[in-house]
Amino acid sequence: MDLKLKIWRQNGPDDKGKFVDYEIKNISTDASFLEMLDILNNELIEKGEEPVAFDHDCREGICGMCSLYINGHPHGPDAATTTCQLHMRRFKDGDTIVVEPWRAKPFPIVKDLIVDRSAFDEIIQAGGYISVNTGGVPDANTIPINKGKADLAMDAAACIGCGACVAACKNASAMLFVSAKVSQFALLPQGRIEAKERVKKMVAKMDELGFGNCTNTYACEAECPKEISVTNIARMNREFFAAKVSS
Amino acid sequence: MSNKRVYSSLTKKYVMSLMGLFLITFLFVHLGLNLSVLKDLGSGDYPTFNEAAHFMATNPFIQVFQWVLFAAFLIHIIFGLILQFQNWASRPKGYKVKGSAEENIFSQYMIHTGIVIFIFLVIHFVNFFMVSKGIIPGIQHVKINGEEMENLGKVIVDVFHNGYYVTFYVLALLLLGFHLDHGFQSAFQSLGLQNKKYGPFIKGLGHVVAIVLALGFIIIPLVIYFTK
Ligand code: HEM
Ligand code: FES
Repeated sequence: MDLKLKIWRQNGPDDKGKFVDYEIKNISTDASFLEMLDILNNELIEKGEEPVAFDHDCREGICGMCSLYINGHPHGPDAATTTCQLHMRRFKDGDTIVVEPWRAKPFPIVKDLIVDRSAFDEIIQAGGYISVNTGGVPDANTIPINKGKADLAMDAAACIGCGACVAACKNASAMLFVSAKVSQFALLPQGRIEAKERVKKMVAKMDELGFGNCTNTYACEAECPKEISVTNIARMNREFFAAKVSS
Repeated sequence: MSNKRVYSSLTKKYVMSLMGLFLITFLFVHLGLNLSVLKDLGSGDYPTFNEAAHFMATNPFIQVFQWVLFAAFLIHIIFGLILQFQNWASRPKGYKVKGSAEENIFSQYMIHTGIVIFIFLVIHFVNFFMVSKGIIPGIQHVKINGEEMENLGKVIVDVFHNGYYVTFYVLALLLLGFHLDHGFQSAFQSLGLQNKKYGPFIKGLGHVVAIVLALGFIIIPLVIYFTK
């Protein structure tokens, strides 16, 4: 298939940046989206031009490194799919594809389509952990855990921290990410011990970094490649309220 | 990049949603009273409505409550604006291709519908509240069951004989319905009172609340205008 690409090019954090048009021919429908960009980059290198910079690592949908805002959707048009798992058969011959970086003040552009997502790391550092004294390894299943809660915690823990929720949200809010991280601990007995401090610190960090406020549009859930549920946001709202009034 | 906030994002949302839900309960009371104007249309002294309005205007509890109501509006609006400005600042540069993954299209226009509601409130206040209190002259008096009181029913009917006011009221109230269609369930989510089990019910109830309030209020000017 032949495609027209409109890709955001920006030399560095302070460059103004602009869209550049490319045409690419003979792409296999079996190619992944990132392979298509690899082919484009090979062509650019052959022509002596600067290749398009984009983030990726595992290319199997588990690391959360790939990003790309494709035709108005973080990770492209497929539901529950990361950019690396998106395939060119999803597009039609002759399509124009617009590729943009995540846009959010706390995610500054490093180069072209790569943004700095270390703001998420800062939020995790603020409270997204449990404190455990080192020592002998405890036996598994010594703490009974309700199966329903364990499942919910597991669903929340599926978040790969890619930032699609921020990219999709009209307010660039990080609520889905933060609420998933708060929930995965809040639901389990090991996480309850620091639950109050955790939710307060993580929300404060999220605000401080300049992420927007949640207006409950649920675009985040619709675009999340791991289908994290907005019920996690409701849970975090409860947790935060309880933490504020009781400590 | 430090911007420590006086109230956290979540605290502001709790307050906003509580005020919003409070305003919704007020709207139901308000609608109930207003519909009684239609009962005595053509009578000239609107006994049912005027008596109810007179009760509200003289009851000490309602008099205090009125200030709580003003405060609720003010807080809802101020927090709404603060949150909106922060939200705009969080994405200084937008996308070329705008996304549209939101569940309810009205969620994209809360600030816009909100601002129209605010303009409506100011005009509404001038039309009725200020006239009823005599700040703007023109109120007439009637005697109902031996008691002298303001003929507020006539003020309403006079305003709604004007096609421009009727058009504006209908449009603004339609936007109020849009605001509430998203706002009702949003408030529950903000307060953490939503989950997989009750979420769909709350959203459904939100549609009902939005439609009942918007249509209920819209009927009043329309009926008055077309039966004049
Ligand atoms: C009768 C009047 C009004 C009622 C009953 C009402 C009700 C609501 C409710 C229930 C919410 C959801 C609260 C939340 O999730 O935090 C909301 C949100 C909002 N309202 Fe209002 N509102 C009214 C007037 C206004 C006005 C006058 C403005 C502004 C000028 C405004 C601006 C907003 C904004 C910006 C939001 C945030 C959107 C969101 O968080 O989803 N509202 N309103
Ligand atoms: S590259 Fe790892 S999730 Fe896409």
